[in-house]
Amino acid sequence: MRTGVIAKKVGMTRLFQDDGRHVPVTVLALEGCQVVAQRTNDKDGYTALQLGAGTVKVKNLTKPERGHFAKAEVEPKRKLVEFRVAEDALVDVGAVISADHFVAGQYVDVTGVTVGKGFAGAMKRWNFGGLRATHGVSVSHRSHGSTGNRQDPGKVFKNKKMAGHMGASQITQQNLEIVSTDVERGLLFVKGSVPGHKGAWLQVKDAAKIARPQAAPYPASVLTAAAAPATQAPAEAPADAEAGE
Amino acid sequence: MNLIQQLEQEQIAKLTEAKKIPEFRAGDTLRVGVKVKEGERSRTQFYEGVCIARSNKGIGSNFTVRKISFGEGVERVFPLYGPTVESIDVVRRGDVRRAKLYYLRSRSGKSARIAELRENTGGGEG
Repeated sequence: MRTGVIAKKVGMTRLFQDDGRHVPVTVLALEGCQVVAQRTNDKDGYTALQLGAGTVKVKNLTKPERGHFAKAEVEPKRKLVEFRVAEDALVDVGAVISADHFVAGQYVDVTGVTVGKGFAGAMKRWNFGGLRATHGVSVSHRSHGSTGNRQDPGKVFKNKKMAGHMGASQITQQNLEIVSTDVERGLLFVKGSVPGHKGAWLQVKDAAKIARPQAAPYPASVLTAAAAPATQAPAEAPADAEAGE
Repeated sequence: MNLIQQLEQEQIAKLTEAKKIPEFRAGDTLRVGVKVKEGERSRTQFYEGVCIARSNKGIGSNFTVRKISFGEGVERVFPLYGPTVESIDVVRRGDVRRAKLYYLRSRSGKSARIAELRENTGGGEG
């Protein structure tokens, strides 16, 4: 089991392929995705890697957080996520994961928090049909209708689909194809849509249900310090700092 | 320019390297070369008609071409930068006052004609 990566959703576009097809893709950016800590079986009882991504001002960190990043000798990260890995897939602390960690044609699972819809009615939340437009229906055209029977059972069953809070929940979208990768800018192009709004943090992992291709680098594709990416303006500062380490 | 726009600009530059996209607008009569794949070999098929709409949205730009084929109106939407569109030729420039010529759908024959745009030659005719 390899580690996944933390990515930021940039937005959607389309890619024209050489054979004339066009593919709708979501662009994901790796912003200094770096190993911050290792969890080992001896010490923690399980094996995992803690990855960090993004940048955060030092003044906005708590003292324990500062100590954590100082111990790992990495730049402070906005987002920290643990990925369970096999014991032989541990990567050194400080290693920067690059975009060619995934290969074109591979399938991945993307986890993120969906766009919040607030308090939504039964039609939007559960695809109910609503009531009729005419034939005596008044005021309640979008209501859910009946919620149960009569004196027997005399209650509304649990898990009855009703209006309520929708969205802003963690969702994993499985089996999305990697169309291409851009190592220099640290970009992944994933076919189709992914959960969350633009700028949201996502976790990208090898698909659980489709075998990883042989071409994928096994422990991880680590960026060498010299070739640290000069990505877009906000990510430039940490990239330079990493190169210096 | 954000990253998405930047990526689209790069792709547009790459796709327009080989082919030239002429300046055209709604009302112009176009001759569009479409790549058609038949089994193994591919050839170019031409589709000629009036451009009735253009939608400019980066790499997703498209245009609609309407023609009358065997008495039946046919409309096709082409992606402006798509690799299947091999060539675009402007056959005739039209003089219209709308950006979208959807009114042509309800017309036929004489009333569906579009006047040709007369270029201002700078008083050459005077």
